[in-house]
Amino acid sequence: MDIPYVTTPREDTGLFNAKLGIWLFLASEVMLFGALFSSYILLRVGAAPGAWPHGLLNIPLGMTNTIVLICSSITVVMAWASLKMKNFAHFKVYQAITLLCALTFVGIKSYEYHDKFTHYEIQLKDGKVVDGHILETKEDEYVVHGRYVDPEEQAKVTHAWQERAIPESEISVKKADVKYMENYGPWHSTYMAIYFTLTGLHALHVIGGALVIGFLWGPGSGMWKTDPERYTNRIEVSGLFWHFVDLVWIFLFPVLYLL
Amino acid sequence: MSTQAISHALPHAGADDAHHGELSFWHKYVFSTDHKVIGIQYGITALLFLQFGFFLMMMMRWSIAYPGKPLPIMGHVLERVLGDVAAGGVISPALYNSFGAMHGTIMVFLGIVPLAFAAFGNFVVPLQIGAPDMAFPRINMASYQAYVVGGTIMLVSFFIPGGAAQAGWTSYSPLATSLNTNGQTFWIIAMVFLITSSLLGAVNFLATIIQLRAPGMTWMRLPFFVWSQFVTGFLLLLAFPPLEAAAIMQLMDKVAHTSFFLPTGLSINGGAHISGGGSPLLWQHLFWFLGHPEVYVLILPAMGIVCEIIANNTRKPIWGYKSLVYSALTIGFLSFIVWAHHMYMTGMGTKISTFFQTTTMIISIPSVIILTCLFLSLWGGSIRFNTPMLFSLAFLPMFGIGGLTGLPLGFNFSDLHLHDTYYVIAHFHYVVAPGTIFALFAGVYYWFPKMTGRMMSEFWGKVHFVGSLIFMNAIFQPMFAQGMAGMLRRMADGGANYSAASVPGAIGGLSPMIMHFNQTISIAAWCLGLAQIPFIINFFWSIKHGKPAGSDNPWHSTTLEWQTPTPPPHGNFTKPLIVHRGPYEYSVPGRDKDFTPQNEA
Repeated sequence: MDIPYVTTPREDTGLFNAKLGIWLFLASEVMLFGALFSSYILLRVGAAPGAWPHGLLNIPLGMTNTIVLICSSITVVMAWASLKMKNFAHFKVYQAITLLCALTFVGIKSYEYHDKFTHYEIQLKDGKVVDGHILETKEDEYVVHGRYVDPEEQAKVTHAWQERAIPESEISVKKADVKYMENYGPWHSTYMAIYFTLTGLHALHVIGGALVIGFLWGPGSGMWKTDPERYTNRIEVSGLFWHFVDLVWIFLFPVLYLL
Repeated sequence: MSTQAISHALPHAGADDAHHGELSFWHKYVFSTDHKVIGIQYGITALLFLQFGFFLMMMMRWSIAYPGKPLPIMGHVLERVLGDVAAGGVISPALYNSFGAMHGTIMVFLGIVPLAFAAFGNFVVPLQIGAPDMAFPRINMASYQAYVVGGTIMLVSFFIPGGAAQAGWTSYSPLATSLNTNGQTFWIIAMVFLITSSLLGAVNFLATIIQLRAPGMTWMRLPFFVWSQFVTGFLLLLAFPPLEAAAIMQLMDKVAHTSFFLPTGLSINGGAHISGGGSPLLWQHLFWFLGHPEVYVLILPAMGIVCEIIANNTRKPIWGYKSLVYSALTIGFLSFIVWAHHMYMTGMGTKISTFFQTTTMIISIPSVIILTCLFLSLWGGSIRFNTPMLFSLAFLPMFGIGGLTGLPLGFNFSDLHLHDTYYVIAHFHYVVAPGTIFALFAGVYYWFPKMTGRMMSEFWGKVHFVGSLIFMNAIFQPMFAQGMAGMLRRMADGGANYSAASVPGAIGGLSPMIMHFNQTISIAAWCLGLAQIPFIINFFWSIKHGKPAGSDNPWHSTTLEWQTPTPPPHGNFTKPLIVHRGPYEYSVPGRDKDFTPQNEA
């Protein structure tokens, strides 16, 4: 006996096996990201008043990435629809755009990560705090593009736009004056921790999804000739996963960048 | 039987299946995609892990009974293999903690779940629903491989500097994060593999049960075992990911020095800089969000097995089939909202405690319904007391004791006294050891003839049963008394140091009788180990030399797994299958035999 409903839907459920499988898998993914979002809420609610940072991320870049992913979601559907209309050439084009979008997204995300790893909070021995990006490390000093942190002014900041309104300039910091310095990596605060964990896990999903889509687009596309229906189903299933990855970002963007 | 193959699928559907009978050894037994082979792989691996977990416990029991004395026989081995932690053949408290953490982890994640869900589920479910295989055979294989990798990492962690994880199977932060060993990192990475394995398994089981039921196999004609696996599949699918999230965060705490679970002001080993601001309670919430559904992952398949065997050996329909099904579904749903009853002592607040206390009492109702249905099924039956039936019958009161002693733990006022004592150990071991494991033994004896075509020895099966029943109770019954007397768990010396019993006139110490139980329990545990020897020999000897089963259906059962050749060939069924009736039509009046298979018109 062969396994039934590999390609054709079962009558009473209306699904072929893989489609049900991916929906179940996505349910599990919802719980995975749900747990992390819940952790975000719990950590934020539990944070000391004023301790939750704002404005550390670049909103235009985040917005660009949002648009990029939404575009890729559209092309993924168009690719599947092209196959349904037996137009393999169009499929190839649309799916290539999807892959380019994925690449763009990961590229922008890497830049943002790099930006945070060069962003330092420097405590000086005289009690002042410098916050900014290290442009250059000289023998005995750092050249920082940033500002002196004013605790009174900082306490008034409750939204990202207020943080960005604070002017920045080039500051030279003597290495001998530095008491303690730390960049904005995951170890910096629980906000940075959840930011890196959530976006990192999401980026892994983007890369994983792109690998699958890329495989089906390139070496795996031979199935279009031998079994077009099953191939189309595979594109649909990988597309469903892609939509999910996109949807997670739609939640991540406002939660991490805007709120 | 007709050998004509059924083909209601498209021709390309089973490209993997094209090479019947010409597979190499590796493809047939190691990299197999056949659900029956994978089931047996899971079964044997899980039984080995169960044995290993039990060995750990037998060594721990020595430390509890005779603290500070060198371990006989194994002591030298431990010292040579593990080094200083077992200096002089004595189990050090650090080693005891490692063994304790790994005993729990191995028994739950590498022993019982793979055996109850993956092994029996893989072998039996597709046969019982009349399917040719699982819906995704290659994912099935990947699931087993991820399990083996996870298990291997877990075992390897014993041998790294500092040893295996020591923070208990619950791995509470900040303890787990601050212990000075990489064992915890290994534990987390192994868990990620095991979670992946169970995720792949769960997706596969659910898709199989929903999609691949044979024509006529409606939902209410499914054997209860399939229902129990169905609910279990959902629990694994939805409850494990939060633990994965928690594991990722704990890994970040450990490796990237974040502070997800580390509160402000915590000092680790006197210095390391942490940002703080995290919440230890968060780990506990996420852990128990898995942890409690996990309890039902352990027990539901056991109930399914027992239900099959009781129906078969009382020769009458199971009492209250629909009640069983709805109870299992209710348990599945409720098990997601009882988790914080493990956390009454954390100071999370009385209002939250009240909520979880209420849901906990509610979830005991469907459990009692299931047990009641199984008890009532015995009424008026002409019972056959074979080995699987004996284990199933013992399951009922043993699980009953385990369940009922859970009620005082579910109420937060009585839990304040009993929390973290030996009472808790006795309670949940009654559920999983003489409960679930008895059911699993029953399942092994029951389905063995279908797997091999031979029966296991009845005599040695009964010896195994009597020994196990006596010693299980001799181990766990006194623990209730120890716990109520206030003996805390997780102490390498069994409370000898902590007890004020040695101080004359001290109030609140443990009495000599309670302390003496440490030794009787340990002796019973080693005897329980001896009682498993007949099983091990019986199991391997019977594969080749057991009494031939005589037919494809030696127990005269109604369900579909017995209506195949023995052992079932690749693809399972040799002729088209149509299901005409419910799963337990035994002793139907007017029939010439006392069982009517589901596929008989």
